[in-house]
Amino acid sequence: MNRPVARAPHTHAGGGPSWWVYALVGAFAVLVAGIFLSAFLNSIASTWFGGWLPDAYTTKWYRFAVAEFDLGYVLAITIVVGLSVTLLSLALGVPAAYVLARRAFPGRPLLLLLLILPMLVPPITYGIPLAAMLYRAHLGGSLAGVIIVNIVPAMPFVVLIMTPFFEQIDPNLERAARTLGASPGRVFRRVLLPIALPGVLAAGLLILVRAIALFELTFLVSGAKSQTLVVALYYAAFAAGIRPSQAIDAMAVVYMVTGLALLLAALRFINPVNMVIRVRQ
Amino acid sequence: MQRAARHRTEADAAGQAPRARRRWGALVPIAPAFLVVLGLFIYPFAYGLILSLHPQGDLAKAGALANYAAFFGDARERTSIWNTLRLAVPVTLLDLAIALPLAYRLRRPLPGQRVITGLLVIPMTLGTVLLAEGMIEFFGPAGWLNKLLLALHLVATPVQFVHNYTGVFLSLLISDFPAVFLVLLGYASGIDPRLEQAARTLGAGWWQRLSRVTLPLLAPGIAAAAALSFVATFSVFPSAVLVGQPAGETRVIALAAWQAAYERFDYPQASAIAMVMAAIELVFVALVLAARNRAYQGPTIGGRG
Repeated sequence: MNRPVARAPHTHAGGGPSWWVYALVGAFAVLVAGIFLSAFLNSIASTWFGGWLPDAYTTKWYRFAVAEFDLGYVLAITIVVGLSVTLLSLALGVPAAYVLARRAFPGRPLLLLLLILPMLVPPITYGIPLAAMLYRAHLGGSLAGVIIVNIVPAMPFVVLIMTPFFEQIDPNLERAARTLGASPGRVFRRVLLPIALPGVLAAGLLILVRAIALFELTFLVSGAKSQTLVVALYYAAFAAGIRPSQAIDAMAVVYMVTGLALLLAALRFINPVNMVIRVRQ
Repeated sequence: MQRAARHRTEADAAGQAPRARRRWGALVPIAPAFLVVLGLFIYPFAYGLILSLHPQGDLAKAGALANYAAFFGDARERTSIWNTLRLAVPVTLLDLAIALPLAYRLRRPLPGQRVITGLLVIPMTLGTVLLAEGMIEFFGPAGWLNKLLLALHLVATPVQFVHNYTGVFLSLLISDFPAVFLVLLGYASGIDPRLEQAARTLGAGWWQRLSRVTLPLLAPGIAAAAALSFVATFSVFPSAVLVGQPAGETRVIALAAWQAAYERFDYPQASAIAMVMAAIELVFVALVLAARNRAYQGPTIGGRG
């Protein structure tokens, strides 16, 4: 906001000093960091008994996890699922978002709501009948089934992010291209897509993170050969006691590093607030 | 001028049919996305509903509603609703209570706001399974929190934080907080600060400004956050197993549905439980929206004057 009038000169209306904001958010960050850090330290600890820190460090649990949990295969499945879900969701969601942003037509708000709804309804609610449906279609347990179910919550996310993105692109650019004789398809490819590319990339990265992190639907549909990392992690944590906790944490760290790297890349492009709700300015 | 206008109207009248076709033709790019939602989201709901009305096994002859009767007739199954509610409601309220003052304060950018919101998004995105796995270490009997409490002589023996109600409660509180906060922040930043300044100029104290101006304007945001948070926490699944007591006090309704489908292979019964779950969520959202409609409705930006 660059209008000087709107900025209160010294006090914020209704706001006191902001130290407690930092304190509260800081406490939350310390808690989350503590949780992740203790899992990380445990994964590189040869033993960790009484002390604040492990007694000695080792990388053997990672080698153990790779062998014991078939981590290479699980990672490959995760990447295939993540990329397929991302590409298919973009292919479905980007054209829909463009039309929703550009055309006014009766029932537009309702359609937008319908397209965003699967993101708001918890997957486990529709996941069980959806899984029953896929098992009946002999897709249960297969890689294709896992990819199909993950599109359901991912595609609405593309619509949610890309609709405001297209809205802010000046329609005159398209009109100019149309006037100069470009076909609608050509306008989309040569004018819109280059402009929208940063938004598409950001949305794609976020879908990738979410597809990798989404547990419930993959859990309901995947079989032994189509588990993603997070489902494998769940099974390992569920059967804790069979294998050393350090090895499970090693898998958790592999998952965490993968997700975190993609998330940080995505956050360079997109405001976190827009990840949960569409903010109307 | 007038002639040009008339000319345009005539052209419109002449070109109406193809134009209408073109207008609907322009909606074609939405069709694939629409069909995906229809086929893989709306249809499963209908399929689940129909499936739940066709009981299998021993219940097959007991009528269409036998699956529902079996769920509500069995004390262990029925209790799963209560087990879930006593997690979802307090977590939603507590997260709202913490997030509300924060979002209110952050409604205008503060130094480092992007870092703050970025930090919050991390646990939300990485998900509850990872959080639960880390919590087992951190909150465990030999974890850092218990070490700290023992070192400060606040407790004599390690406190049991995980593998019970507390574990799931904490896990939900942490995983749900970012979404509640970001929703509220989205709404709070849409409120024109001049409205509050106007109230201040007119002599309203901070409590009056909060209760008569800001909170009513934030009501839609609070309603949205409460609804999203309840729906998300009511369907809790992995953390109820990993840091809870899945055979006892944290046998939540999602777990009851999962057990019906994957341990007893009774998809009709599982679908019935999923329908009960969806119905409870729907009732809660309807209640929140009804409460929200009783509150102020109107613009959140001041007029120019």
